[in-house]
Amino acid sequence: MSNVLLDVRNLRTEFVTQDGVVHAVNGVTFQVDEGETLGLVGESGSGKSVSMLTVMRLIPMPPGRIPSGEVVFQGQDLLKLSNEEMRQVRGNKVAMVFQDPMTSLNPVLTIGTQITEALELHMGMNKDQARKRAVELLKMVNIPEAERRLDDYPHQFSGGMRQRVMIAMGLSCSPQLLIADEPTTALDVTIQAQITDIVKRLKHELGMAIIWITHDLGVIAGLADRINVMYSGYIVETAHTKELFANPLHPYTVGLLGSIPRLDQGKKEKLTPIEGLPPDLVNLPTGCPFYDRCTFRTQKCLEENPPLMSVGVKHWSACWNYEAVREKRDEILRRTVAQPVAA
Amino acid sequence: MTTPVQTPDATSALPPTQTDANNQALLQVRGLKKYFPITQGILFQKKVADVKAVDGVSFDVYPGETLGLVGESGCGKSTTGRTILQLYRPTEGQVVFRGKDLAQLKSEDLRKMRSDMQMIFQDPYASLNPRMTVGDIVAEPLEVHNIVKGKEKKDRVQELLQIVGLNPYFINRYPHEFSGGQRQRIGIARALAVNPDFIVCDEPISALDVSIQAQIINLLEELQERFGLTYLFIAHDLSVVRHISDRVAVMYLGKIVELTDSKTLYENPLHPYTRALLSAVPIPDPLIEEKRERIILVGDVPSPVNPPKGCRFHTRCPLAIPICKEVAPEWRDVGNGHFVECHVV
Repeated sequence: MSNVLLDVRNLRTEFVTQDGVVHAVNGVTFQVDEGETLGLVGESGSGKSVSMLTVMRLIPMPPGRIPSGEVVFQGQDLLKLSNEEMRQVRGNKVAMVFQDPMTSLNPVLTIGTQITEALELHMGMNKDQARKRAVELLKMVNIPEAERRLDDYPHQFSGGMRQRVMIAMGLSCSPQLLIADEPTTALDVTIQAQITDIVKRLKHELGMAIIWITHDLGVIAGLADRINVMYSGYIVETAHTKELFANPLHPYTVGLLGSIPRLDQGKKEKLTPIEGLPPDLVNLPTGCPFYDRCTFRTQKCLEENPPLMSVGVKHWSACWNYEAVREKRDEILRRTVAQPVAA
Repeated sequence: MTTPVQTPDATSALPPTQTDANNQALLQVRGLKKYFPITQGILFQKKVADVKAVDGVSFDVYPGETLGLVGESGCGKSTTGRTILQLYRPTEGQVVFRGKDLAQLKSEDLRKMRSDMQMIFQDPYASLNPRMTVGDIVAEPLEVHNIVKGKEKKDRVQELLQIVGLNPYFINRYPHEFSGGQRQRIGIARALAVNPDFIVCDEPISALDVSIQAQIINLLEELQERFGLTYLFIAHDLSVVRHISDRVAVMYLGKIVELTDSKTLYENPLHPYTRALLSAVPIPDPLIEEKRERIILVGDVPSPVNPPKGCRFHTRCPLAIPICKEVAPEWRDVGNGHFVECHVV
């Protein structure tokens, strides 16, 4: 077995607002091994981005606060580090790529300046070395005429190219862990294919671990080794990718799979949406947060929030009725299971 | 519900006559162009170039069908939808709705026609006036078109809210009190208010969360069945378009490059761009993803100000041959209403 790189234990993040305390992340525990790709899947407000921003210590406090939790990275609890010590980790050993390439680059600085900044700061390079490395990095993410493009400003790049620049910046200090927050969501599918292709290649070449945040089950199916499904600040199911898609055992995961149309399926089958809306994060129910929208719910779900329970080989689900889900799932997902794949 | 394709002569730039025996299309678009001028100068503005957002598209929409219009951002699919509804006046070409060319209509006649054609917008946060109550928003088209008044109007609004799956007692609430999916339902109720036959759906679900998207797709399908609606469904998500459409048109840089029924498009795509686009769409199944071969296109979409000479796709096309750089391919029928614009296939 490979070594554990990141060990997150019982992490909670809250925001104090006028309307009350928003419980964004409610005690998540998971690990990432060296060289592994972990997918973090969930809808807006499920806490996937906030949990990762907490790992990076990028939550503004106040209004944010972290009432409990440990984020152990290479034996060090990142939450206990001073700001100065954290700066040595952030961008250096753990890097993050953000969703929106249009707003996360500084419009008044050249691409070159923005890439070399981290290199000079973290790697102690001088200007020439840093520039040389920046050219290498841009070439690595397939930017043509890399040398000339270093002196261009972000507005001279297309969306896909900006996202590639962001990835190059993320990789600049050869981090052991790259956190990618919906890096392809703002992009077109053909550009998305370019980016996932680059990331797959680089992961192989550089041997780093990746946490890939997304709401798109399609993208993650081809990328991740393991997946955490999040809902209203909880991890509700976690398993290896193939196991999760073949054998989903949480009603929310089943619901997600049932509600997306697939390219390899025709028009006939009706989608099975998840009715209703996610709960208000200010007033979370005492029982299961998915109760209101769940078709498998029982009295117990209303009273007690289920913890993650082992339901298979390295497969955990936070559902009291996972056996019922196992039985009825194929009926709900008939469209995804029985249909042959189009050529 | 597959609409028989009557081999419409889509290459013809002439207005189809009403005596045409095969003519049963609800909407006929012929050689539609929309250019946006780029101007320079402050006081005396002069035109220096055009953004050729839509550059000659032709297609028919048949009653009761859903025609999907897909393409990447900037390919002109939204502009096409808006130009059809005359929200932009076309630079060139015809939009014939029930035998009348909308581009030629005077604004008063056009306004009357609008009760037959409606639009559902992409962004449910920007397309509802935050200062109007839901009741006023849905009632506005009823007032504009003088359809019902007073108590009847209120009843109609409540009925509409019920039709789209909202509580009819919500009429005094404001848009900010609703979630994205609920707001999109309000937008749909507003479009339905005037009993239209034809609705342009401009990316109606792309701003919504995955679990909510399916709710809206199902609602649109139910409404189509119930009221016999015809949709032009604009989207960038090919999986959604395949699910909802009877026929699909693929756009690239202001032109339609391929048009056929959705089964054929997905099982037997002919245009190299369609193939690349389809291969790039991820499928939520790791076993399939493992085995798939992707066609990765190089580079980005060229600027619509200066589209490439010859075939517009030749700069990124894996199959390009010398002629593609020189001559624009013709829009031709390869059989069974399968249209494609390519030299190679």
